[in-house]
Amino acid sequence: MNPLEMHLNPSVYLVLAALLLAIGLFGMLKRQTLVGMLISGELIFGAAMLNMMTVTRFFAPDPAVGQVFVLFIMGLSAAEVAIALSIVIAVYRNYQSIQTKELSEMKG
Amino acid sequence: MKPFPFIEYLIPLIFLLFAGVTIGGALLAVFTQWIIRSVCGLAMASVGLAGMFYFLNSPFLAMIQILIYIGAVCITIVFAIMLAEPDEPGAQANASSLPWTLAAGLVAVMLFWGLARLGLAGDWPTPVITGDGSVESIGVALLTTHSLAFEMIAVVLLVAILGALAIARRGRHQA
Repeated sequence: MNPLEMHLNPSVYLVLAALLLAIGLFGMLKRQTLVGMLISGELIFGAAMLNMMTVTRFFAPDPAVGQVFVLFIMGLSAAEVAIALSIVIAVYRNYQSIQTKELSEMKG
Repeated sequence: MKPFPFIEYLIPLIFLLFAGVTIGGALLAVFTQWIIRSVCGLAMASVGLAGMFYFLNSPFLAMIQILIYIGAVCITIVFAIMLAEPDEPGAQANASSLPWTLAAGLVAVMLFWGLARLGLAGDWPTPVITGDGSVESIGVALLTTHSLAFEMIAVVLLVAILGALAIARRGRHQA
């Protein structure tokens, strides 16, 4: 593989997407607040988008399809952020904390 | 005419810069203790991803990525940080969670190793390109082939916004 043409090599993008997914999963497990977990989730969405764009750029017949799907992923992630943040605000009003350790009781 | 020296190194250099910004931003988002720096890391990773999209022949998605992720998602998270107090507990408070961090790291490394191996070993096909991937073709695809999914995304966004309003408003009355 020629280092000067690595931006034309799909393996580089695939490994980068796998690394982003791994970092996002690590953050999702390690973070102790809801907002931190949400940010890690956004990284995982980014990994999915990069993977989709790589496949559609190098291995798909029609390049428009993958871009449309990445747009859908972005829409879903924006909706997820809106819902998750409103839940965070509601939880903070009730518990005065958004640490996952303290959110261990339920109201039936 | 003699070309500018080292001009052939310029494109790989920019690619490496964007890749490094992506990885560095993601690491910053995960490892820092202050949550506001974590949001900055997410913004950096989004800029890097936009560069990646540019290298993947899609400047339209690069623009949308910056518009949505930095302009909407990061700003919304910053609003939530201002309303709640989401900082991680101090280092002495989570000293007991070191085994948990190691376990999370192990899971992440195993996932990365497996997926990277899968991506590198895959026997990928080289198809016959039928479209040009321009913004015009994206618009046509959105309104013809994928029009049902497009409408569903619109409904999902509407319901999400209404749900967010309802959840946040009910909490205020109870408090």
